[in-house]
Amino acid sequence: MNLAPPAPGTPVIEVDGLTAGYGDRILFRDVSFRVLAGEVFVILGGSGCGKSTLLKLLIGLLRPHSGSIRVLGHDIVSGDEKGMRAVRSRIGVLFQAGGLLNSMTVGENVALPLAEHTHLSPAAIGELVRMKLALVDLSHAPGLLPSEISGGMKKRAGLARALALDPHLLFLDEPSAGLDPVTSIELDLLIRSLNEGTGSTMVLVTHELDSIFRIAHRVIFLDREARGIIAEGDPRELRDRSADPRVSDFLNRRAPSRNG
Amino acid sequence: MFRHHPQEKEYGISSEGSAGEGAVVRLSGRLTLRSLEPFGHESSALLDALGPSSVTLDLSGMSSIDSAGALALLRLKAMAGERGIPLAISGDGGQAGRLLALVGERTGRASEPPQLAEASGFFEELGEKTVSLLREVGDELTFQGELLKATARSCLAPRAVRWADVLFYMRRAGVDGFPIVSLISFLLGLIITFMSSLQLRQFGANLYVADLVAISIVRELGPIMTAILVAGRSGSAFAAEIGTMQVNEEVDALVTMGFDPMTFLSVPKLLAMLAVTPILTVFADLHGILGGLVVGVAGLDLTARAYLAETHAALTAPAILASLVKAEVFAVLIATVGCQRGFRVRGGADAVGAAATSAVVTSIFLIIIADSAFALVQQYLGI
Ligand SMILES: Nc1ncnc2c1ncn2[C@@H]1O[C@H](COP(=O)(O)OP(=O)(O)OP(=O)(O)O)[C@@H](O)[C@H]1O
Ligand SMILES: [Mg+2]
Repeated sequence: MNLAPPAPGTPVIEVDGLTAGYGDRILFRDVSFRVLAGEVFVILGGSGCGKSTLLKLLIGLLRPHSGSIRVLGHDIVSGDEKGMRAVRSRIGVLFQAGGLLNSMTVGENVALPLAEHTHLSPAAIGELVRMKLALVDLSHAPGLLPSEISGGMKKRAGLARALALDPHLLFLDEPSAGLDPVTSIELDLLIRSLNEGTGSTMVLVTHELDSIFRIAHRVIFLDREARGIIAEGDPRELRDRSADPRVSDFLNRRAPSRNG
Repeated sequence: MFRHHPQEKEYGISSEGSAGEGAVVRLSGRLTLRSLEPFGHESSALLDALGPSSVTLDLSGMSSIDSAGALALLRLKAMAGERGIPLAISGDGGQAGRLLALVGERTGRASEPPQLAEASGFFEELGEKTVSLLREVGDELTFQGELLKATARSCLAPRAVRWADVLFYMRRAGVDGFPIVSLISFLLGLIITFMSSLQLRQFGANLYVADLVAISIVRELGPIMTAILVAGRSGSAFAAEIGTMQVNEEVDALVTMGFDPMTFLSVPKLLAMLAVTPILTVFADLHGILGGLVVGVAGLDLTARAYLAETHAALTAPAILASLVKAEVFAVLIATVGCQRGFRVRGGADAVGAAATSAVVTSIFLIIIADSAFALVQQYLGI
């Protein structure tokens, strides 16, 4: 397994003919797309259309009914466990609700991936943890339990943990939901500077239009009825030129035009 | 519940026109949730009585409607449609008209109601239940195999085991469970001794009470009572803990960080159970015998020395060993069922409660089955 960061512009995620859902309920039918190295890639769509589900498929938590998904060159649908482990050491995931382990403090949560995937001394791990927490403005919270912090703080702690190993590929499910506007802008700037500074690829789910126009290079637009992607491209271009009312209404913050 | 006051009608309805021609129906007053049903009856009766070729519904006299009132009007429109009578609405410039438009649009857009599952017949249901029971047994065995494999692997690489967690669960199950296990076994010892002494005294065989208590406690009641209490305390806690983690996406997070949830979450629990259950069983045995001793000395005129000597003579090393082996088997059952029920949780918080309950019920059931199997084997081996 090649552990070097993927060269900019090469595909890091390749999804082909993906059909998936829960049981009989199909959420995606024959969906294909690529995410290129170094991109900030945003998954858009109405509530309940399957954005979080798509993210879980991409990180191998759910199995598709059919189709192939390659992440960092590894086939995560039918590939072996060893390759999957190598992929996991190179990705970071922020879950929609944070996904912190409730039995551990914020600091221990951030230290967890470091202890699992590296052979650093406890002192070095401690220093890295403090640095990651400072990045998300949680320097004061390492000793608190997840039950003692707010929803927005959980999000940020989850982000610090996702960043722990400086992943090549970062999955963020609604990172700025539940944050105040200032913190949310700071988070966008952080994502942007991480992307520019480390060249890591970001796959985001977000509803925040400001945030999308600030940071996204490319978006895909999912639709529940279409069970797939109804638009793909640069968000500004889609906003100004998309002929699909579902897309342009969303990006222009308009109530859907209903006729008849 | 809403109280209906049929005499206080809040809306008025009047009509002009006759059979076969266009009718005008005028509404006035308020149309709200209270009037949903009376209005439905009245308006359908009116349609039947008039038998018009078309209807104009005039809302200009209405003071207000709520969403249920809007639904009532939509129903009237649908009813007219079913009878092939075109219905037009006029005078809908006010609040009533706006709400009607909103409700009409939303309910019109809503997708058709979900199909209800067809009620199945008795045999179909029996078959489905059987298949799902078999599948459950299969899942259970697969999980047990995986957990034992993960434990064996962890024992080969002891650095991978989360020993702090093992100690934590040992304390929770062992130290915290000790008082209740001891108390219940002590009381059990008291009761058995008392009950059996009533019989044995008739034959002047008081001393044999010690044998009876020792054998029944050490062979059967000590291990099984301990296992049932541990299942109730720790098995349910395991299921609830893992179930909650499942609901909170904590298990997903572990997987994406490269941890094997089985090794991370289940192995420490199984190791703690394996360490603690036999110890608790020994304490249960001791307290049971102590209970017997108390009744023997206080109620049966036996000396403590004679009672203990008799107990000592009654117990054989294989019997004690068998009791510990049993305790280990029960420990495996409690840990695997608890963890498996936890991992199976899907959905929300209510599923966690159900998982905890099911963990206790299932593990007690399996403990009793295993105990019966042990009794048979011991019978054949003569232990
Ligand atoms: N574990 C599950 N089992 C069955 N159905 C599920 C499960 N999780 C989600 N769903 C269904 O799948 C659909 C998509 O869910 P998902 O969480 O992916 O939506 P989403 O696009 O992330 O929505 P939101 O923007 O509100 O977070 C939903 O309609 C939901 O009912
Ligand atoms: Mg979501």
